Amino acid sequence: MDFNLMADITPLLIKAAWVTIDISARAIVIGFMVASTLVFLRSIKFKPLQWFVRGYVSLVRGTPYFVQLLLVFYGGPTIGLKMDPFTCGVMVGAFNIGAYMSEAIRGALESVDSGQNEASRSLGFGRLQTLGYIELPQAAGLMIRSVGVLAIVLVKNSSLVSIISVVELTYQAQRLIGSTYKPLEIFTLSALMYIVIVYAVMGIVELAYRRATRYTTQ
Amino acid sequence: MSTQNMTETPMVEIKNVHKSFGDLKVLKGIDLTVDRGKIVSIIGSSGSGKSTLLRSVNHLEVIDEGTILLDGVQVNRPDMKGLAFERHINHIRQNMGMVFQHFNLFPHLSTLDNVTLAPRKLKGMDRKTARELGMEYLERVGLAAKAEVFPSHLSGGQKQRVAIARALAMQPKVMLFDEATSALDPELVEEVNLVMRSLAKEHMTMLIVTHEMAFARDVSDWAMFMDGGVVVEEGPPDKFFTNPDHERTRSFLKKHLDSNH
Repeated sequence: MDFNLMADITPLLIKAAWVTIDISARAIVIGFMVASTLVFLRSIKFKPLQWFVRGYVSLVRGTPYFVQLLLVFYGGPTIGLKMDPFTCGVMVGAFNIGAYMSEAIRGALESVDSGQNEASRSLGFGRLQTLGYIELPQAAGLMIRSVGVLAIVLVKNSSLVSIISVVELTYQAQRLIGSTYKPLEIFTLSALMYIVIVYAVMGIVELAYRRATRYTTQ
Repeated sequence: MSTQNMTETPMVEIKNVHKSFGDLKVLKGIDLTVDRGKIVSIIGSSGSGKSTLLRSVNHLEVIDEGTILLDGVQVNRPDMKGLAFERHINHIRQNMGMVFQHFNLFPHLSTLDNVTLAPRKLKGMDRKTARELGMEYLERVGLAAKAEVFPSHLSGGQKQRVAIARALAMQPKVMLFDEATSALDPELVEEVNLVMRSLAKEHMTMLIVTHEMAFARDVSDWAMFMDGGVVVEEGPPDKFFTNPDHERTRSFLKKHLDSNH
C-alpha cells in the first residue's frame, strides 16, 4: 500500500465525497416530497390516479436504477428533458427513492390502529388534523426506520451517477486511478469514505427514531 | 321556535334508520328518542346492530336511510358533499363524546395531553386554560396523579377513565358508550362504572351499549333490546328487566343475568 499517495489524494476524495453527500441529500429531500405527493394522490378515491401511482411505483421498482439514470440522461434530451449531470443525478435519485419511500410512508401510516382515527374523528378532528396530530406522530418511528434504509441505499447507489460524469466520490476515484494506477489504495479510501457517510446516516436515523418513539419508553 | 319548545327538543332523535354492510342489513328501521339528561341502554347479542346504531349517531357509520338529530340538528346530511359535510360533521362531533371498547387513547401523548388536545386545537384554548380544564376532568375520573404518565403505563380501567375524561373535556351534549367495559378485566369494570354513574348523577345525556345488565338496569331511564337489526322491545328498566313482554327479551336477559352474576 502506498500510504503517501493515500495521504496526498485524501483531500481530493473528501471534496468529491461532499458531492456524494450533496447529491444524496438533495435527492432524499426532493424524494420525500415526491413520496408525500404519491401517498396523497393514492389516497384520493379516484381510480385513474391510483392506477397512475401504482404504475409509476411498479415501473421504478421493476427497473434498475442504473438504467433509469441512463434513460433519463441520454434519452431525456430527445423529448426535451435536458439536464446537467448533477441535476439529472439528483432528480433520478429523487424520483427513484420517492417511489420506494411512498410505499414506506403508506405502510407506516397503515400500521396505525384504525381506532386511533376513529377516536380522533369522534372528537371532531378533520382528516388532516387527524393525520397531523394523531397518525403521523405514531407512524413516524416506522417511517424513519424505513426511510433511513432507503436513504442508505441511495447513498450507495449514488456511485452510479459517475456514469453520467458527475464528479462524485466514485468518479473522482476512477479519475485518480487513471493518473496513478493505484486502484487498491484509491478504492480502499473511497470505500472507507462511503462507510463513514453511511454510518453517519445510520446514526442520524437512529437518533431521529429514538426521538420519534420517545413516548414508548416514557 | 319559542324557548319552551327549545327545551323540549330531544337531545338525540333516531328516526327510521337503515344500514347495510353489502348485502347484510344490520339496521332495519330503528327509532329512538333520548331526552335531555336521560340515559338509554341498548342491549343485545353481538351482531344485533347495537354498536352500529351507536356509531351511526356520530357518523362513524354512514346510514343508508333515515334521520339522526342531535339537539334538533340533523347529523346525517345526504344533501351535503365533500368539504361542506366534513365541516358540518366535525362541528357536530365536537358536541358528542364517544367512548370505545378498546379505549383508543393516543399512545404518543401524555394522559393530560390526551384530554387537552381537542380543546386546544378545536376550541383554540390556550395551554394554561386547557391544562386547568384537563386536570379538572382527570380529577373527576380520579386520575389527576397520572397526568404526566403515558397511556402504556395505565391499566385498562385507568385508560378507559382517561378516555371518558378526554370525551368530557369537549363538554359534549351527549356521551356515547360503545361497550366501554367489555374489554376490561372483571375487577376493573367497577371503577369505570363508578365514573359513568357519577355522570348519570349530573344528568349527562348518555347512550350506552353494554353487556352489563345489572349496571344498565341501575342507571338507565330507558332500556332497549335489539336483535337482528330491529328493536324487539324497549321500556323503563323496572319493567324491562323484570317483566319483559317478549320471549326473545326474556331469554336474552336470562342468559346474561345468569352468566354475569
